Amino acid sequence: MKTKNNPLYYILFIAIFAILLPAGYLSGLLSVNTISVWGRYFCFAIAALGIDLIWGYTGILSMCQAFFFCLGSYGIAMHLLLKKTVAAGAVLPDFMAWNKIDTLPLFWQPFHSFGWSLALCLLIPALFAFVVGFVLFRSRIKGVYMAIITQALTLAMWLIFLRNETNLGGTNGLTDFNTLLGYNLSSSSVKLALYMISFAVLCAAYFFCYRITNSKFGKVLQAIRDSESRISYAAYKVVDYKLAVFVVAALLAAVGGMLYLPQTGIITPGRMDVKASVEMVMWVALGGRSNLKGAVLGALLVNFLYSICTSLFPDSWLFILGFLFVITVLYFDKGFMGLLETIKQKISAARFKTPQTTH
Amino acid sequence: MLLNVNNLAVSFGGVHALNLDHFSLRDKELRVIIGPNGAGKSTFLDIICGKTKADKGEVFFNGKSILGKTEVKIAESGIGRKFQKPSVFPGLTVHDNLLLAAKMKKDIFSSLFFKSTPALAERIHSVAAKLSLTNVMYKLAGDLSHGQKQWLEIAIVVLQDPTLMLIDEPAAGMSDEETEKTGALLLELSKAHSIIVIEHDMKFVEQIANELVTVLVRGKRLMEGTFAEVKNDQRVIDCYLGRTNAQLETL
Repeated sequence: MKTKNNPLYYILFIAIFAILLPAGYLSGLLSVNTISVWGRYFCFAIAALGIDLIWGYTGILSMCQAFFFCLGSYGIAMHLLLKKTVAAGAVLPDFMAWNKIDTLPLFWQPFHSFGWSLALCLLIPALFAFVVGFVLFRSRIKGVYMAIITQALTLAMWLIFLRNETNLGGTNGLTDFNTLLGYNLSSSSVKLALYMISFAVLCAAYFFCYRITNSKFGKVLQAIRDSESRISYAAYKVVDYKLAVFVVAALLAAVGGMLYLPQTGIITPGRMDVKASVEMVMWVALGGRSNLKGAVLGALLVNFLYSICTSLFPDSWLFILGFLFVITVLYFDKGFMGLLETIKQKISAARFKTPQTTH
Repeated sequence: MLLNVNNLAVSFGGVHALNLDHFSLRDKELRVIIGPNGAGKSTFLDIICGKTKADKGEVFFNGKSILGKTEVKIAESGIGRKFQKPSVFPGLTVHDNLLLAAKMKKDIFSSLFFKSTPALAERIHSVAAKLSLTNVMYKLAGDLSHGQKQWLEIAIVVLQDPTLMLIDEPAAGMSDEETEKTGALLLELSKAHSIIVIEHDMKFVEQIANELVTVLVRGKRLMEGTFAEVKNDQRVIDCYLGRTNAQLETL
């Protein structure tokens, strides 16, 4: 079959992130911040898996994944903020008091309960994706138009979230949280726990996506990407499949956002501006499209590069990212993973000196 | 009659692409449609399978009107289409192409929890063997030769097991030997299915047209008859092939 499964990748991945990094921290070699930073990257990787499903496998370029990510983050942030407010004996979060609001807006109410917050963090993005997807896919919008419309949608949402009248903190976003379910978010052990949870969720999400892409459902998705009209003459309802994968991708982004929030301690509309939503797609493009490992690798590597580059050359990150992107598009369109595969093939071909058969 | 078409018309930007007064197809009939470029042959099939919307007219399949229905509904009712330009799924293996085509429930959940059965695997392999695809079963469809892609698409239609197969130029780009084999296969398929074939290759038409041949010219039906009748009809020769067409005269 095409996708040979090399356990080496998995072993390496788990060895580094589940054993090496925590061990490094426990032995005092790594600071807890490093751990927390990687925990955040895992959240990005979860969202990247969703992008790979919808873009890499189904060929729909959705630019609103960053928005879904933010919906997850904002939901948890609202809950944390309300908990802190109540603990301090106040009724309203500080920023609302400054904006001269006297009652808690209705849509904040359910976020008092942790259960409701979790449910809404998933439900709202799923519903949003369903409605948007239903309208767009029904009217057979695809290709670059799909990308433009979803990007415009994200931009519109970004503008709405920026407004103080939306009651979500405006430009400053939501920040300054204390505890999650009674655990102090600034304590190192909680940070380590969040790191481990993010890692576990990433593994679960990977496994979930792996199952999807290897099922017949995943093959239909690829068939939609290859020839959308042909698959409908084989009696597959393309709209249903696209909707399903769009909702799943939105959910993955939201889950990433939910785990991201307690580890960064702040969410602002900047997480879903145009730059951020393009960047999310770039992770997958650089890592390797229609390759789940590529999506994870891309998200981790690009963000790791980001943190290195921003400390070394603070102003040139976007140039570096753009340069990488151009190189990827021009020379290795299958991303890092594609590059690895090619190198591996070259090495084994050179070693065995077998005539290279065209694949 | 399995398929009944009356007064079907469609025009693209004021040009009458098709203006068909009547067309009907018996169950398990193999019909060949010929005609010069732009005669509306492919347009006719496009309308039947739901790709193009007709301006007016009626199409009855199994006694039910299928005009205006979606591609999926039409495919579900038992019409399979092979396109002129082979359209397979290049990013999937030949096996997966066939698996997706095979007749089964095709909603999301059936696909998610799909498990192959020995009967299905057997069916896929037998169809693949019939179309000489066994050796390339796990190759990507995009890497096949043109002729193999043609066969793969025919295999896709066969596995859908439709009542009516719409086959658009199956022999285009094939060698003589491959063409002959395709013809034999279509004849065999016509024992269990109704088939409409569009073709230009007169040798191929002669091979498969053991019943009627319909001639379309500029969207209209010029005549219908056996291959011998069509071949000797002066209007057909004038209109379609031209006097200098060597292909028909040598036959």
